[in-house]
Amino acid sequence: MPPFSHGHRTGKVAKPKYIKKTIKRLFSYFGSYKFRLTIVLLCIVLASTTTIASSIFLRFIIDNGITPLIGSVDPDFSYFYETVPKFAILLLCGVLAMYYYSREMVTISQQILKKIRNQMFEHMQKLPLTYFDTKGHGDILSRYTNDIDAMVNMLSQSIPQLLLGILQFIGIVSAMIITSWQLSIIAFIIILLMFLVVTILGKASGKYFSKQQASLGATNAYVEEMIAGQKEVKVFNQQKNVNKKFDELNEELAKNSRRASSIATIFMPIMQGLSYLQYVILAIAGGFLAISGYSAITLGMIVSFLQLSRNLVQPITSLGQQINSLMLALAGAERIFDLIDEKIEEDEGYIELVNVQVSKNGTLYECSECTSKWAFKDKNSLILLKGEVELRDVCFSYVEGSPILKKINVKAKAGDNIAFVGSTGAGKTTITNLINRFYDIDSGVILYDGIDIRKIKKPDLRRALGFVLQDTNLFSGTISENISYGKLNATDEAVNEAAQLANADYFIKILEEGYDTYLDGEDNLLSIGQRQLLSIARCAIANPPVMILDEATSSIDTRTEKIVQEGMQKLMHGRTVFVIAHRLSTIRNSDIIVVLDQGEILEMGNHKTLMNNKGFYYKLYNGLSKLD
Amino acid sequence: MKIKSIRRSIKGYYKETFLAPLFVIVDTLLFSQIPFVIAKLIDNGINASNQENIVMYGMQLLWLTLAMTVLGVLGGIFAARGAAGFSKNLRRNLFYKVENYSFSNLDKFSSSSLIVRLTTDVQRLQQVYQMTFRGAFRALSSLGFSVYMSFKINSDLAKTFLLAVPILVILISVVIKVAFPRFEKVFKEVDTLNRIVKENLDGIRVVKAYVKQDYEVEKFKSSSSKLENLYNKAYKLVISVMPIMLFCVFAVTLLIVFLGSQMVISETITTGELVSLVSYVTMALFGLIQLSGVLVMTIVSSPSFKRITEVLDEEIDIRDKAETVRTMKNADIVFDNVSFSYLKRDDKLCLENINLEITQGQKIGIIGSTGSSKTSLVNLLPRLYDVQSGELKIGGIDVRNYSVETLRDNISYALQKSILFSGTIKENLLWGKNDASEEDMIEACKIAQIHDYIMSLEKGYDYKIERGGVNVSGGQRQRLSIARALIKSPKILILDDSTSAVDMATEAMINKGFSHKIPNTTIIIIAQRVSSIENCDKIIVLDQGKIVGQGNHDQLINSNEIYQEVYYSQMKEIEDASI
Repeated sequence: MPPFSHGHRTGKVAKPKYIKKTIKRLFSYFGSYKFRLTIVLLCIVLASTTTIASSIFLRFIIDNGITPLIGSVDPDFSYFYETVPKFAILLLCGVLAMYYYSREMVTISQQILKKIRNQMFEHMQKLPLTYFDTKGHGDILSRYTNDIDAMVNMLSQSIPQLLLGILQFIGIVSAMIITSWQLSIIAFIIILLMFLVVTILGKASGKYFSKQQASLGATNAYVEEMIAGQKEVKVFNQQKNVNKKFDELNEELAKNSRRASSIATIFMPIMQGLSYLQYVILAIAGGFLAISGYSAITLGMIVSFLQLSRNLVQPITSLGQQINSLMLALAGAERIFDLIDEKIEEDEGYIELVNVQVSKNGTLYECSECTSKWAFKDKNSLILLKGEVELRDVCFSYVEGSPILKKINVKAKAGDNIAFVGSTGAGKTTITNLINRFYDIDSGVILYDGIDIRKIKKPDLRRALGFVLQDTNLFSGTISENISYGKLNATDEAVNEAAQLANADYFIKILEEGYDTYLDGEDNLLSIGQRQLLSIARCAIANPPVMILDEATSSIDTRTEKIVQEGMQKLMHGRTVFVIAHRLSTIRNSDIIVVLDQGEILEMGNHKTLMNNKGFYYKLYNGLSKLD
Repeated sequence: MKIKSIRRSIKGYYKETFLAPLFVIVDTLLFSQIPFVIAKLIDNGINASNQENIVMYGMQLLWLTLAMTVLGVLGGIFAARGAAGFSKNLRRNLFYKVENYSFSNLDKFSSSSLIVRLTTDVQRLQQVYQMTFRGAFRALSSLGFSVYMSFKINSDLAKTFLLAVPILVILISVVIKVAFPRFEKVFKEVDTLNRIVKENLDGIRVVKAYVKQDYEVEKFKSSSSKLENLYNKAYKLVISVMPIMLFCVFAVTLLIVFLGSQMVISETITTGELVSLVSYVTMALFGLIQLSGVLVMTIVSSPSFKRITEVLDEEIDIRDKAETVRTMKNADIVFDNVSFSYLKRDDKLCLENINLEITQGQKIGIIGSTGSSKTSLVNLLPRLYDVQSGELKIGGIDVRNYSVETLRDNISYALQKSILFSGTIKENLLWGKNDASEEDMIEACKIAQIHDYIMSLEKGYDYKIERGGVNVSGGQRQRLSIARALIKSPKILILDDSTSAVDMATEAMINKGFSHKIPNTTIIIIAQRVSSIENCDKIIVLDQGKIVGQGNHDQLINSNEIYQEVYYSQMKEIEDASI
């Protein structure tokens, strides 16, 4: 088995490492939306102008409309009739602009996310197995869930809000200065204070937020493990202990979460307090200036200035609120890009697998429809697929310096049944993983019908090999879909035939919906044995000339196995088969039994020869030696 | 939606739950005074050119601000405390509940869905809880106070903006009603997408071996596009809320200014009053906006809400009776016409009319093909499931009359595909019995033939097992779980296919250990190899949920067809071997 890390992300808050690079790359996705984004930006400007305008509006009305007319007996309202509709139109435009840009941002960001998501999945499919061995599945999965979620928030909320905030800030500040530079000076002192609060509280909140995430990760990991092992908990009456341990973690989490969100929640009232402090100071100062006859300041000015100063809090607050989620999203984006940048499985092969027809005089003709015979196509010459596999001096290691296989030499003639026996870690599975090039060998050569497998295109090589693995790994979908996984567009008859061959037919028929029974990822509808039978049927339908069976029947009881074996015999007939099994009964009819120990071949031969040798195999067979 | 089961989680945080909104309400009350004071400041101070008044009202404002900040901070802290406490309780209630689930309760939920409910969903509800405090109460009280204040200033003008309120309420409720099912669809598709990724990660070898990358990518892309569409559809509605709200705010403001200005001119109201009226309009309508924000948030999280209540409201079907038996006299087992169904339906039985007697100290073997319900049969003993009909007695007492704890303390069970947990070997073994002594532990490991292996490890019993037990081999894992089951010296020991990865010689030694060291323990072994159970006192042959033969090896080999078939298929090779 390859070194396997069951890495589980403990919710550590990763800080983005290359902020500039990541932002630049993110923006590259926006490239094809230049036109739409320009309009979005214009709409944001319009919307923020509207908000500012609505505060200035009051000043206009009071100064130019109301004050001159106060007390007049026959007031002339023409000013109102002129101004109010103008504002109404402007405000309406602002509202429409807001709707438009929010909607556009959602659509655009969803399109971009879909693109990133698809890109990530497509790329993931091309990655070599070593990637999946070394990275925890939870870790990879969280890129599709947590990290994408963070990006959704950033693209559809944080970025537009930040933009809006910045534009509003600039707009309001300019409006303030235009209205009264004297009052602006007073306002700016408090604005500075606000920024200070944002920075200080932001830092503290960041710290506690990390702590909270870490303990959230620890608690969730514990919950996951215990729920997965729930049956053990019940059987061993361990509820109390498990609950106790959980309580400790939960208590710690509550403590950290209380601290983190306390800081987050007091942020608003403090900012609000400051904003009213500013309001009061401005009111008093403005009032004094107006009364003392300072001609530059009018009553209307004060009123609209006050309104402006209150509007200023919002962009500053939103900046503070968005910065954390922005950082989180950038860290997520980085992890997504890491996956997309991961080096893909190389394929330097050029030989293809084609369907052929053999004419009477033995010449091969390529044809796309017929399915009976296959051939490797090397440039223009066709080599009929027979199923000869040879390993010559094969050495392999997962990690340099610790060899897993040492100079392995095995030759399988077409139609041979080769069995690998050995304890865990002897390298049985590894050998089969080399034949289909899940991993590449360090030295030596593996030949398929005399061709170095490295010259064969990987997909074509794998199509020429059938695989039944230890873990069945069925997919969500109907039984029929799962069986036809081995062959695209398989007919119902073909599916049925394959199921019969694997003796899966009998239990499928009993199911209420038969072949259309929907299998959900992990439901308990089928037993482990039944799932195994399905995976054998899946292999049978592909009809490959060479098959690899890795512990394919380990979970099937011997009686069922016997039934399966009958089917398997039919399936194996005329094919080269590599078998790995713990149970020696499965392999005693093999043509060659290869006994492996720590990456080396101890002995090799058929059952009789090995029994006569009275070596390791003999001991194993008589239960005198252990397999692991 | 049933809120009762969730409400329980507030327990212990009543103070916070009560005080946080109270502070918010007082805070908003003060807040609503501000425009009023400002109006006076403008009218009696600035317009009246009265410096004293300016300072007086200014100071009033300053005090208000100070009080508001203090209240706001306190309210925030209480809200955070309440939310953290609530989620702590909720998480604990859920976890405890799940820990109490019977096997059939567990069968209803997949473990991955339970995990989502206990992690993501709880986090989401914590957010909602906190939002309710900060948002909903503030929104409601600012709405209330500002409406009150504006009526106080001028009821004629105030009436105009009241017109907008019902319009908004209707709009919001329509949006919510339509958006909710759309969001449900989004979440469902997210699950599908994640499932595809997870299956591809787990089955990456299958995908590669069958060269199905393109097929899987297509599958993913179609789900991905579907998600995009559903998401857009759902959000199309939600994002319209904000602009509509703003539109109302603007429209009402314009209307009030237009009408109000004429009143100012005719000196019905003062300039200051008009200005403060505009502030109240803004305040009231923004209260509504905030309220709609809270509502949207609640809608988005309502599937979480539903999923959590499902877990909490699940009826636990295996419970202690009011009066329970707390000691097990002996380990005689009697199955009296027992039938069992996972679906609790008489027409879907998976065990039918089982009659079986086992006396203490007997060794029982169970054999049968895949799907013959071997595991289902032994699952009934520790009451992992209850019988559908008939009676199952241990020590002369129906298992349903024992306390579950007593029952399971006396019955040890090494599950098929048993799981080890992250932690040292010792910690794992102590699962069997928390207060086991070193000797007990070593003794159990010796019987399970794993002691020597453990001693060969550098850290011995302190060797750290990784999550899922991935760093020991299958055979070692099985022997460790046998040891774990042995450690509490049970009256009944059940081994479900627990030696399939152990070689025959070792298995024989384990069996020898059983008969020497624990002769009085009733042992039930489910096996696939005849050799594993050949020497049992009684062998049960199961076929499709029925006992088709019982007796010792010699009896069965002569009389039972299925047993013969299994035996000869396995024994033939041994004979061949000795030639």
